[in-house]
Amino acid sequence: MSKKILIAEDSLTMRSLIVSTIEAMGDYETVEAGNGFEALRILPREKVDLIITDINMPDINGLELISFIRNNENYRNTPLVIISTESSERDREKGMSLGANAYLVKPFAPDQLQQLLRDYLEG
Amino acid sequence: MSDKNTSQALKDFVSETEEIIGSLNLDLLKLADSLDSGDCDPDVLNGIFRGAHSIKGLAGMFGFDDLSELSHSMESLLDGLRLGKVPFTQSLVDTLFSSLDVLINLIDGKNRDENFTIDLSAILAQINQAAAADLPGAGNPLTGLGIDAGILNVLTEYEEHRLLENVRKGRRLHLLRMDFDLASFDLDLAEITQQLKQQGEVISTLPSVGADSERIAFQILYGSDLNQADIELQLNREGLDIRTYGDAVTVTEADEFLLEEPTAIDTFTADSSLPATAEDLDGGSGSLRSISRTVRVDIDKLDLLMNIVGELVLSKSAIATISDRLKGTAEKELAVELGKSTRILERRLHELQKGVMDVRMVPVGQLFDKMTRIVRQVANEQGKKVNLDIKGADTELDKLIIEDVSDPLMHIIRNAIDHGLESPNDRRLAGKAEKGLIQLWASQKGNHVVIEVHDDGRGIDTDKVRRKAIEKGLITNTQTLTEEDVYDLLFMPGFSTRDEVSGLSGRGVGMDVVKNNIAALSGMIEVKSQPGQGSSMIITLPITLAIIKALIVRVGEKTYAIPINSVFETLMIDVDTIQSIEKREVIELRKSTVPLLRLEQAFALTASDKDHDHRLFVAIVGMAEKRMGFVVDELLGQQDVVIKSLGKALGFVKGVAGAAELGNQKTILVLDVAGLMSEALRGESSSNV
Repeated sequence: MSKKILIAEDSLTMRSLIVSTIEAMGDYETVEAGNGFEALRILPREKVDLIITDINMPDINGLELISFIRNNENYRNTPLVIISTESSERDREKGMSLGANAYLVKPFAPDQLQQLLRDYLEG
Repeated sequence: MSDKNTSQALKDFVSETEEIIGSLNLDLLKLADSLDSGDCDPDVLNGIFRGAHSIKGLAGMFGFDDLSELSHSMESLLDGLRLGKVPFTQSLVDTLFSSLDVLINLIDGKNRDENFTIDLSAILAQINQAAAADLPGAGNPLTGLGIDAGILNVLTEYEEHRLLENVRKGRRLHLLRMDFDLASFDLDLAEITQQLKQQGEVISTLPSVGADSERIAFQILYGSDLNQADIELQLNREGLDIRTYGDAVTVTEADEFLLEEPTAIDTFTADSSLPATAEDLDGGSGSLRSISRTVRVDIDKLDLLMNIVGELVLSKSAIATISDRLKGTAEKELAVELGKSTRILERRLHELQKGVMDVRMVPVGQLFDKMTRIVRQVANEQGKKVNLDIKGADTELDKLIIEDVSDPLMHIIRNAIDHGLESPNDRRLAGKAEKGLIQLWASQKGNHVVIEVHDDGRGIDTDKVRRKAIEKGLITNTQTLTEEDVYDLLFMPGFSTRDEVSGLSGRGVGMDVVKNNIAALSGMIEVKSQPGQGSSMIITLPITLAIIKALIVRVGEKTYAIPINSVFETLMIDVDTIQSIEKREVIELRKSTVPLLRLEQAFALTASDKDHDHRLFVAIVGMAEKRMGFVVDELLGQQDVVIKSLGKALGFVKGVAGAAELGNQKTILVLDVAGLMSEALRGESSSNV
């Protein structure tokens, strides 16, 4: 079974860009969440192998989502990648200290993301 | 991104930024409004910040450096304002508006040509100048509070600021913990957050593992002037756990509570109940406004659009008529071509009409959400316990109908709780569960949407209703009434079965108004009830009112339109087949008896046309389970008609739902089928025009 990646990102355009970048790799499935709440609902339903999250989202933000994930034994070890803008540096650092594995700064090149995914999913 | 995606991606980019700009504009206007008070709504400010932030992110992905730079500057300025570093002044708001103008020009230009750009130096200078107006002494006071570094590490910059802001205002800080069904937590939480925001600020919303796999817990950090008891009362929620940090928090006390469980985050403990405090402070921007994927449109604009479509439909009908007439002339070839073009026009018009119609459609869930609040409120006021069961919330209905049915539905639900459901004590005595059940169901049936309100209360006491009606002089005590007749009494003006009208169901609105309002929407309401088991109110509404297909009929010298979705079939009958039962004219139709209504009598028209003495035309109409035959002089055919309201002055003309325009500039009346039917079934139809 191919590995599944959850993408929590509220911008549809950004989400589509991430999805098409991943689909171009051909190896992975994607599940999309348009906000933190959707991500919370998807997590218990789907077995997810890696999570990509934005920080600045409505409802609950990425940090709250990371904290939830890292405090839940089911997902504690799931690789987690933050995607955020350059200006959110402080929040991004907090995300890393909450247990995120890596981050990408928007705008990023598709192969940056692809390399990161390979590192965590095939390493 | 790959080339083949580029143009579609650019389109997505433009439409998304346009949406963001739309909400930015609205939020900026709100921000400007709050200048007088000097205190800007954090939600509004956040919305603006998020807007600029999102545009920056998108611009970066597309390599639009100019756009990226401008939105970045705006974002920095807004961030300063958000974090209390930049003063909130008129000139700042002006700067934001000018920036938005430039932003719009830029995106507009890029929509036409990707390489479009403008000189940004002036606006950037203006923004930088505004951002430089730092407030004195804006450091990070939290560091001075001696809060454990482990906690400070998980606070976002913005959260720290909001937390301090609440402390500065002398508000109390509460930590609310509750858990929800995983299936509906977002709605429940949204409702609670909405309630909380009325008297305070939700600083953070942090999810954690629930009691079992079907549940999810949330901790909400809440700053408010309310005390713990007030909040408990306001939310009235089972299993709500509130911790309040010091009464009238001072910075020192806040500091102490923050220190209570300082190490939780560092250790990533699996026990979710432990790291309450620290975790709770880490999310912080739970109140950030979402930039939705939707455009807000004034319903008037949609109406205008719908009217134009309506006019086009009428013009099309006119062209079709001309084309038909041409066929009989020497210009046959031309007629064929015109006919072809007309059919293409018709198909496209149909698509356009459907498109505009779709835009007007909204899920009844919007309406039901409002009702959830009403149920809670009424139940609290009445000391009753109520479970609300909602089904079919995604059923779609015309936005205008949703608006107009809102008050009647609210009234029906109030009634169901107030009059229908018994007190917990009475329910126990009757062997029922203490908690009453209100079911709010919606479903689509053909061109109609059915909204049902069921309660499992005491049911309608028909004897009591009868007695009351006699008392009020609505009926005489010798009149025999069917169960249905009795229920109809409930909708008579001035009827109320309770001796004391309660403050709730009162409000000066009776069920008669409810019925009129629903009839004005070409809908109908039905009652069903079982003593001791409960009652049901069933509202049947057309999906849309704007353009309908209608059967055009002639009665005497007048033409009327009957909405086609109420017409089941049309018949030509011989006068001799009409029978009379209890002074009502009926016909036999496939082994069932269908009562007739002569429209000329209903509208008190003089029967001018005697040619059809032996042959009559009947349109069999129906609503829900009821059927009736409308007797008319001639069936003129089917046509799309555009319904226009009769206006307030004529709004209550019985039997008429509105006016419609035909293609030939003639205006005709559209019949209110439900109204005419219930009037006729009650035997009062002859006296009204």
